[in-house]
Amino acid sequence: MIIKDKAIKYGSNVDTDVIIPARYLNTINEKELAAHCFEDLDKEFAEKVKESKIVVAADNFGCGSSREHAPLAIKASGVKLIIAKSYARIFFRNAINIGLPVIVNEQAADDISEGDTIEADLDKGEIKNISTGMVYLTKPFPEFIQTLISKGGYVNYVKDKFDKEN
Amino acid sequence: MNKNKKSQTAAQKILAKHCGKEYVETGEIVNANVDLVLGNDITMPLAIEEFKKTGAKSVFDINKIAIVPDHFTPNKDIKSAQQAKKIREFAKEYDIKNYFEIGCMGIEHALIPEKGLVLPGNLIIGADSHTCTYGALGALSTGMGSTDIGMAMATGRTWFMVPGTIKFNLNGNLKQWVTGKDIILYIIGKIGVDGALYKSMEFTGTTIDLISMDERFTIANMAIEAGAKFGFFNVDKKTIDFIEKTGKDKKMFEVYASDENAEYDEIINIAAEEIDLLVAAPHLPSNVKKVKELGNIKIDQVVIGSCTNGRIEDLRIANDIIAGKKVNSEVRTIIIPATQKIYLDALKAGYIENFIKAGCVVSTPTCGPCLGGHMGILAEGEKAVSTTNRNFVGRMGHPESEVYLAGPAVAAASAITGRISIPE
Repeated sequence: MIIKDKAIKYGSNVDTDVIIPARYLNTINEKELAAHCFEDLDKEFAEKVKESKIVVAADNFGCGSSREHAPLAIKASGVKLIIAKSYARIFFRNAINIGLPVIVNEQAADDISEGDTIEADLDKGEIKNISTGMVYLTKPFPEFIQTLISKGGYVNYVKDKFDKEN
Repeated sequence: MNKNKKSQTAAQKILAKHCGKEYVETGEIVNANVDLVLGNDITMPLAIEEFKKTGAKSVFDINKIAIVPDHFTPNKDIKSAQQAKKIREFAKEYDIKNYFEIGCMGIEHALIPEKGLVLPGNLIIGADSHTCTYGALGALSTGMGSTDIGMAMATGRTWFMVPGTIKFNLNGNLKQWVTGKDIILYIIGKIGVDGALYKSMEFTGTTIDLISMDERFTIANMAIEAGAKFGFFNVDKKTIDFIEKTGKDKKMFEVYASDENAEYDEIINIAAEEIDLLVAAPHLPSNVKKVKELGNIKIDQVVIGSCTNGRIEDLRIANDIIAGKKVNSEVRTIIIPATQKIYLDALKAGYIENFIKAGCVVSTPTCGPCLGGHMGILAEGEKAVSTTNRNFVGRMGHPESEVYLAGPAVAAASAITGRISIPE
C-alpha cells in the first residue's frame, strides 16, 4: 500500500491524554472520539487534518494509558499513517490491532517538517519526502506482526483460527 | 551449552512456563496462556465488541476474566451509565464470575490482589495500563488495549515479545516519610518516561526487603510510567503473608526468580539515602523535583487515592499527618480509599472520622479525578498535589490546570499548609 499526504509534526511523549482526553471516554463511537482528537495538544489539528493526513512525531508516541480509543480517534479523524522515532508499547499494539499503519524511522521522524509531502510504500518500508527529495528505508516488522498487518488486524487473525476449528 | 540450561530472568521463566517451553529468548515473540484477563468500564465495552467479532460462543474460562467498573463509576453521566450497563449485561450473559458491582467494587489494581485473584508466577493481562501493579506479588502482568483483551477473552492466549530486564538494586534505609512512591518517582526521574520502554523492571535489594507490600504495589504500578512492560518483585515472607490473607496457600503457586547469572540489559544501583521526598512536576512523571527545593507553590486541591496510593498504608500516613488538624481552607482535600475493604479498615481505625473532622471529603472507591473523570476536576489555572500516577496536560481537568504527583506524606502535609510541603 502506498500512502501519499502532507505531514503534521509533533514532538516527544505525545501521551494518550492529549490524543483523546479521558473526559471523552464515556463513548466508543469513533466519530465522537475523532471530534476531540489531539484537542489538548493542538487546537488546529481538526483543521490541519483536512489537508495533512500523516502524523510525524519523535520518541515514545502514545505513552500513558492503554485506551484503544487513542489510535481509534486518530484513525477516525482521517490520519492514514504515523511515523515516529519510537512508540509506547501498548499504543503500538493497539495501532497494529486496529489497522492504523505505524512506522518506526528515526531519521525520517527527525528530518520531516510540518507541511512536507510524504509518500510511504508500506510493503517496501520506504518513505520518500517529496518536498526535500530524501528517501528513508525502514526495518521490516517481525514476521508475526507482519502477519497481523496482512490479515487486517488481530481480530481477523483470531477469527480465522476459530473458523478453521469449527 | 545446552539451551535448556541457559540462565534466565524471572520474566523469561514465567513467559516460558506459560507457552510450554523451558527457555525463551529475549526479543522472541511467543504465544502464551494467561491466568487472568481484566477490563474496566472504559476499556471493556470496546473489548466486548471485538470479542463478539471473533464468533466465539463463550469466553475461554468464566473464572479467569475480571470485570471492574471503576473509572467513571458510580456512573458520572448517562453515557457512562450506558457503558457500565453494557459490561454488567455481558458479565451476566457470559456468566463471568469475577464481576464486581458498586458496593463490593474497588479500584481494579487494589481490588484484584485483595480478592486473591493474583498468585506469584501468574501471567496476567488487563485493558488498563496499570495492570503492571501485580508484579509486586511476583507475577508478570501488563496492560494491553481492548482488542488484545477481547481476543484473550475468546482464546485465553495472547502474544508477547520477550522483554529484556533492567535490575534496580536498592540498598539501605529510607529517610523519614519517604515511601515507595518517592522510590519510583526517583527512578522515573533518573531514566525518563521511556527509560524502560518494552522492558521488564526488576526491583531488588535490602531497601526492597524492608518496604511493605503496599509500597511494592505503588512501585510496580508506575513501571508503565517508565514505559515498561512488567515491574517485578521477588517473592518473600511479606508476599506469602499477603497471599495467605486472601485465603490462598503456597501449594497453589510456583515461585520464580531470576537466575544469579541471568543476563540483564542493565543493573542500576541506588542508595536509599539518596532519595528525598519528591514530586513529579507538570507535565511528565519524569519531571521529578525535591520538595525541599521547590519554592512556594500554592495549591487548590489534594487527592489521596488511586490504584497507585489508595491503600490502607497510604491512608495511615495521611492520618498521621492530618488527624487533629484542619486542612487549609483554600484546599479541597479529596480522599478516596481504593476498595470497600480499605474503606472499612480505615473507618475502623478512626482515619475516616479524623479526615472528615479535618475538613476532607471521603469518597467511595473510584478512579474519578486521577484521569479527569469526575469527583474533583480542576478548573483553568488550578494546581493539585495528587498521589495518582500521571500529570500529563489536562489529566485532571482543564488543559491549563497542573498536577504535581507525590506520595501520601507530601500530599497530606500540603493539604494542611496549602502549599507543596514536607511534613513538619
